[in-house]
Amino acid sequence: MSIFVDDDTRVVVQGITGGEGRFHAEQMIDYGTNVVAGAVPGKGGESVQDVPVYDTVDRAVEAEDANASVVFVPPAFAADAIFEALDTDLDLVVAITEGIPTQDMARVKKRLSEVDTRLIGPNCPGIITPGEAKLGILPGNIFAAGNVGLVSRSGTLTYQVVDNLTQRGIGQTTAVGIGGDPIIGTSFVDALEAFEDDTGTDAVVMCGEIGGEDEERAASFISEYMDTPVAGFIAGRTAPPGKRMGHAGAIVSGSGTGTAESKIEALNEAGVPVGDTPEEVADHVENFF
Amino acid sequence: MKLHEHQAKQIFADAGIPVPESRLASSVSEVLDAVDEIGFPAAIKAQVHVGGRGKAGGIKIAGDREEAETYAEEILGMDLKGYTVEKVLVEAGVDFVDELYVGVTMDRGEGRPVAMVSTEGGVDIEQVAEETPEAIAREHVDPSFGMQPYQARKAVYDADVPREFARDVSGILSTLYDLFDERDASEIEVNPVMITSDDEVVAADAVMNIDEDALFRQPELAELEDEAYEDDLERKAGEYDLDYVRLSGNVGIIGNGAGLVMTTLDLVDYYGGEPANFLDIGGGAKAERVRNALDLVFSDPNVESVVFNIFGGITRGDEVARGINEALSAFETVPKPVVVRLAGTNAEEGMEILDTDLVDVEPTLEEAVQRAIANTEEVTEE
Repeated sequence: MSIFVDDDTRVVVQGITGGEGRFHAEQMIDYGTNVVAGAVPGKGGESVQDVPVYDTVDRAVEAEDANASVVFVPPAFAADAIFEALDTDLDLVVAITEGIPTQDMARVKKRLSEVDTRLIGPNCPGIITPGEAKLGILPGNIFAAGNVGLVSRSGTLTYQVVDNLTQRGIGQTTAVGIGGDPIIGTSFVDALEAFEDDTGTDAVVMCGEIGGEDEERAASFISEYMDTPVAGFIAGRTAPPGKRMGHAGAIVSGSGTGTAESKIEALNEAGVPVGDTPEEVADHVENFF
Repeated sequence: MKLHEHQAKQIFADAGIPVPESRLASSVSEVLDAVDEIGFPAAIKAQVHVGGRGKAGGIKIAGDREEAETYAEEILGMDLKGYTVEKVLVEAGVDFVDELYVGVTMDRGEGRPVAMVSTEGGVDIEQVAEETPEAIAREHVDPSFGMQPYQARKAVYDADVPREFARDVSGILSTLYDLFDERDASEIEVNPVMITSDDEVVAADAVMNIDEDALFRQPELAELEDEAYEDDLERKAGEYDLDYVRLSGNVGIIGNGAGLVMTTLDLVDYYGGEPANFLDIGGGAKAERVRNALDLVFSDPNVESVVFNIFGGITRGDEVARGINEALSAFETVPKPVVVRLAGTNAEEGMEILDTDLVDVEPTLEEAVQRAIANTEEVTEE
């Protein structure tokens, strides 16, 4: 089983004629994902890798019966692209774009509360159900199908931890990168809830980082609602306060909230073992079985 | 990106928020000219990007010309938490009877802006928020409609601002929200808003931070960025367009992706070393970017050894390897030992290309980090 994406996911790639969009559309197709259309204003009628391109998401969805989109649109136009996707009743929108202004995302978040679509990202690597579909930029070859779910705020950290799992023969149900920005569509709690309900997921790995209080909220959710065991990792223990560590959301505020320590403590209290290294996270997962 | 108080105050004044009369000065004689025009008492306020300027001696109130000269000499050129004061704001002193806090920020948990008013102004508002959160009235704003006038009134009445000043204070709050929205601020606040003995309401301080991701559509704000307050290396990183934060250790760290780079820092610390920096080359980096990253880290005199940690997704291992080779072959001898760990997309191709006469290669993150720490110890022993 899996969460959010599977064999039946039919994908529109927004921005498919751009450098990133084209490259990753090809990668997604090579992985076996059903990429059914592209959407780029002014490029309707063209095609990329035999995938037909439409001028609007609406036309792409109608013509190809798509139910998900992946957004590879530059930051200045990305919020508009997400609004367009949200207007077509898709089940899922995955926004890869990094650097979308926070106030644009606040408006997107408002719109999101009025529709039934799930948004993953922005500033994320995407989502993959190994062997079935990948929506985003994750390197498919390091993943293996299995029974462990993974949710992470960071792309490359996801790869690192997945690699540690796969090397030991521990495969994944679905791995989802929720993104490193202050305002994102899908939270840890949303993903954990879905993993808890997924019969194929027997354990979950949650990779957090400094900034915000999402990990703390996840810890309360785990202690109250989850039977599935969760192992954790928190990046940014050595980050100084007030400095933005790459991710727009990875910043420890002056008042001491959002530190790695407070997150690790909250997770430990919820019964989640937190690894000091990615290797240790895999040890914890192995101990669950 | 932070604006200086004088920059933020100019923006506030242009938007109609009352601020005290002031002049910017960068020398003692300019300070004296300013007080001659403004009169006494006059506040002399260091323009540096640090909190708690007053407590650190960066704000003084001069009662006469002699005091103004003494304080100007003291403050100009002083070191304030690591930053040299090059400019001061000379401002008409305000005789106040009450101090309020008014601000707008993004509540990331809620995913929308929040407007705040408190009668506990003039003090550390974060401490107030922690100890007596009920002393701050909060109104969340729907970003698609903006703050409605009733919300500003509600916040002001909920905070128990004296009734006769409710209209003025809610006016300031509304204007701050509009600025927050129009100028892509991440935070905007006035602490304190002073109620003067003449029953006037003025913004005695001004904080305005801008969302760096939105600077592309705020060109006139981008121009206000004060690079004088950046570390030399951080400025160079800005020119290279690299995500870089300087730290105090001796192990230089280069990687791709914020989470993985932070993890590399944490592992250096975990295995007993000290990270010298955070440097994220970002996704899809080409050889030139890799060269710039190495150049930047080598130019930090504290760095004794470097660890390169790449887990390719978008980023391709062969491009990274080519960049490392090019950067290092330019030196007669490599200035500081470099350990490389390469995984993910095209890692195998990268390993074949990588010139192992110039770098050490380790197969895992843990081993690479430990080797880099060991390399600093060798340097120290020499």
